[in-house]
Amino acid sequence: MTELLRVEHLNKAYGEVPVLQDISFTVNTGEVQVVLGPSGSGKSTLIRCLNGLEPYQSGTIYFQGQKIDPTPKNWQLLRQKIGMVFQSYDLFPNLNIMDNITLGPIKVQKQSKATAQKEALRLLDTVGLADYTAKFPRELSGGQKQRIAIVRALALHPDFMLFDEVTASLDPEMVRGVLEIMANLAKQKMTMIVVTHEMNFAQQIADNVLFLDDGHILESTPGKDFFTNPQTDRAKEFLQSMDF
Amino acid sequence: MSWQIIQQSLPMFQKGFILTLQMSALGILGAIILGLMCSLCQYFKIPVLKQIVGAYIELSRNTPLLIQLFFIYYGLPGIGLKLSAYTCGIIGLIFLGGSYMAEGFSGGFDGIPNSQIESGKAIGLSQGQLTRYVVFPQGFALSIPALAANIIFLIKETSIFTVIAIPELTNTALDLIGLYYHTNEYLLVLVVGYAIILIPLSIILTWLERRIRYGTFGD
Repeated sequence: MTELLRVEHLNKAYGEVPVLQDISFTVNTGEVQVVLGPSGSGKSTLIRCLNGLEPYQSGTIYFQGQKIDPTPKNWQLLRQKIGMVFQSYDLFPNLNIMDNITLGPIKVQKQSKATAQKEALRLLDTVGLADYTAKFPRELSGGQKQRIAIVRALALHPDFMLFDEVTASLDPEMVRGVLEIMANLAKQKMTMIVVTHEMNFAQQIADNVLFLDDGHILESTPGKDFFTNPQTDRAKEFLQSMDF
Repeated sequence: MSWQIIQQSLPMFQKGFILTLQMSALGILGAIILGLMCSLCQYFKIPVLKQIVGAYIELSRNTPLLIQLFFIYYGLPGIGLKLSAYTCGIIGLIFLGGSYMAEGFSGGFDGIPNSQIESGKAIGLSQGQLTRYVVFPQGFALSIPALAANIIFLIKETSIFTVIAIPELTNTALDLIGLYYHTNEYLLVLVVGYAIILIPLSIILTWLERRIRYGTFGD
């Protein structure tokens, strides 16, 4: 397995309040890393640090063995290799679905319009929304918007994907469709870091689980073991509280 | 009230009417351009420019147009800059309107949820691309109500041009009253003159406001 991403001794604080403390872990190519933990444990902050949306005070992130110099310019160049999907979808309301998806490929990666649209259609087809290219985000349901948001991130052919509680604001019946798409991606060996509260889903796709509490990684356990045999009492408590 | 007097005055009022329209159009166009540039300096927190813009906005919003016009018309020749009353009027309107437009645009830009900016960054957009494809179209739609109110406000402010003897609508009326003392007739024409410009404009702007908002956000 080749190492894709390595985080070493990452520390972040909002003012005086520490949010992430001495975070270190490695993600290999093709691996699904699931980040679990109670609210406020720093999960979202952690994955936001991984594409430079949050600055961190100390620590180092290595991408494909190269140390990332965390300047805004470097992050901007790196982000086309990092797909990110947010909880609130955040499609651009002023652009139709096709333009939402092709904005990055055309403007950032300088693909031709024809190439970008062809690829967008192919990806839309995989999520069952190929007929929606001319629609606007306002005409779509939450679940459809989130599927489009995933396609928008995939259209850049990123080296890995970050998912920040992407089903948390969806109606229950919408959740399954989105999770299925993510499970498919995992099957296709897309490298993913996933923050979620869907425990069954987490168990199904996790190669490894990072359990965060209060800004620390309490345990890093292979997915097949974490849910049946967590190492720490805190993780046991957490799983129980999730009715798992 | 004599219709004959009104009729006789109409050709003069027509000239004033056209001048008011002309100067308003140029002043508002200039104010929108200046305001947009100022608000972008503030939005992106461009060092130095941001401070200059801040000072300009305070100065412009907290002094009356009347005094600004006096300064431009009577003050600037003192440093060797002699401009026609017409030019002074337009500069004055741009100077005043620029700050109001800047505040209008800023209100719109600030109304864009931060998550929109982040999702733009997340697909690798540069600052410039983010401005062009995300911030500007959404911010513009959000600022339309404020911009529309400013447009109406600035057209009404052109009535102050009379103090530097620009023969626009108000000046025409005051002139005629001074000459012939038919106060009621000329004031009536004056009011109708402004209403002809402002009422249809106000209706059009409201319609436009809804259209652009719907086109952008769907509500």
